[in-house]
Amino acid sequence: MANYSTNEFKPGLKVMLDGDPCSILENEYVKPGKGQAFNRVKVRNLKTGRVNERTFKSGDSLEGADVMDREMEYLYTDGEFWHFMATDGSFEQYGADEKAVGDCMNWMKEQVVYTVTLFNGAPIAVTPPNFVELEVVETDPGVRGDTSGGGNKPAKLVTGAVVKVPLFINTGDVLKVDTRSSEYVGRA
Amino acid sequence: MSRAWQPSATIDALRQRAGIVNQIRQFFAERGVLEVDTPALSHAAVSDPFLHPFATDFVPEGGGQAATLYLHTSPEYPMKRLLAAGSGPIWQLCKVFRNGEVGRRHNPEFSMLEWYRPGFDHHQLMDEVDALVCAVLESAPARRITYADAFAEHTGLDVHACSDMDLQRLAASRCGFAGQLSRDGYLNLLFAECVEPALQAPTMVYAFPASQAALAQIVEGDDRVPAAARFELFVQGMELANGYFELTDADEQLRRFEADQQQREALGVTALPIDLPLVAALHAGLPSCAGVALGVDRLVMLALGASTIAEVIAFDAGRA
Repeated sequence: MANYSTNEFKPGLKVMLDGDPCSILENEYVKPGKGQAFNRVKVRNLKTGRVNERTFKSGDSLEGADVMDREMEYLYTDGEFWHFMATDGSFEQYGADEKAVGDCMNWMKEQVVYTVTLFNGAPIAVTPPNFVELEVVETDPGVRGDTSGGGNKPAKLVTGAVVKVPLFINTGDVLKVDTRSSEYVGRA
Repeated sequence: MSRAWQPSATIDALRQRAGIVNQIRQFFAERGVLEVDTPALSHAAVSDPFLHPFATDFVPEGGGQAATLYLHTSPEYPMKRLLAAGSGPIWQLCKVFRNGEVGRRHNPEFSMLEWYRPGFDHHQLMDEVDALVCAVLESAPARRITYADAFAEHTGLDVHACSDMDLQRLAASRCGFAGQLSRDGYLNLLFAECVEPALQAPTMVYAFPASQAALAQIVEGDDRVPAAARFELFVQGMELANGYFELTDADEQLRRFEADQQQREALGVTALPIDLPLVAALHAGLPSCAGVALGVDRLVMLALGASTIAEVIAFDAGRA
């Protein structure tokens, strides 16, 4: 891969840092009137999702990371891997391990299309669509007629995720959930 | 053709900027300081190892020897030559040019206000800087603190006593910095990353490490350690001005020029011609004086509450 110098660090650029692929989020040029110039860089580690701030001397460089996001449909899990198939017509299949699926585990549903991040050709992260529709498997019985939304209770979804829902929701309802905030949006 | 033609600043911001420039002109007129205009192109350049001047060629029409000329990174050398020639107190508002500098608070050409006060030391000049900045920003007077105290307050390290290793460790833990730097390099990094952002209320930092004297005199500090008679003003975590009780010793000036040259060489940046007319002016006699440079675009940013320099200049580098 090519090397990128600090002045080429743009948001979205994928680079290797401490052996892990990272995505640049922000890059600020810092230069005292007298003295060395630096770049204050915010990066997201694509394996852990963690965001870090790092400072580099201006002109330092990092190796680019072979990272690619691909749209893939979720097929099934064998308990060890979660299997996906590319939707670009290639029918290529990839197995993502538990670490790669990470928090997305809460939002896995067959036939839904996810963004799978590949590093050197292997899945390292799975990002759900902003909204998924999932069935409630366990919640207190619904309170009939209460559609005011003034009050809520926990509901367990088919994936195991627990979200807060209005009191009128029943087991068996299919809910639309915002995966970014883990919030109930409405009944599907 | 799709390239944006519009200015990066609003017309209203430019109107307010013009008001501030008038205020500056008025400030110096009332104090009897003479406005001057020195060359932007010169045969020599400021020797600071971390400043990169734009170079261009003067080519005589009709043939002859071409000469390299540098766009000034600050007007300090010719202004000191005027002082040596007996100008008395002088000020200048001019465009200066620094190659490679672009960012939220940097533009490769920017407006600098520089002034010199014969008979002042850096403390008296701090008073005057404060008077100007308070008037423009309608702010309270700046707090004054030594470099060592500011450093200790925000990093927990004693700048006189700590080892290079202590600095390196702190740079790693506080700034995620893994590279190698000189002691001054680490100090600069930690100051920029840990101290500067914390200086929100106007703060004058003075008594810099002697190794960062630039063109300031070295005097005995409050704690009996030799310190540079240099100060910087910070407002809202941003460096706004840098001033000195000026070095007047010609031989020491020449030594510092040569040290800068050596450092430029060590850093692998182009050596620049030494400004011998300045050394000669110091030999002839520079009156005891203090001088300061203030970033006018940043002053306007603060006055207008702008977060980028582009918002206060008509056309930023990308649109120039």
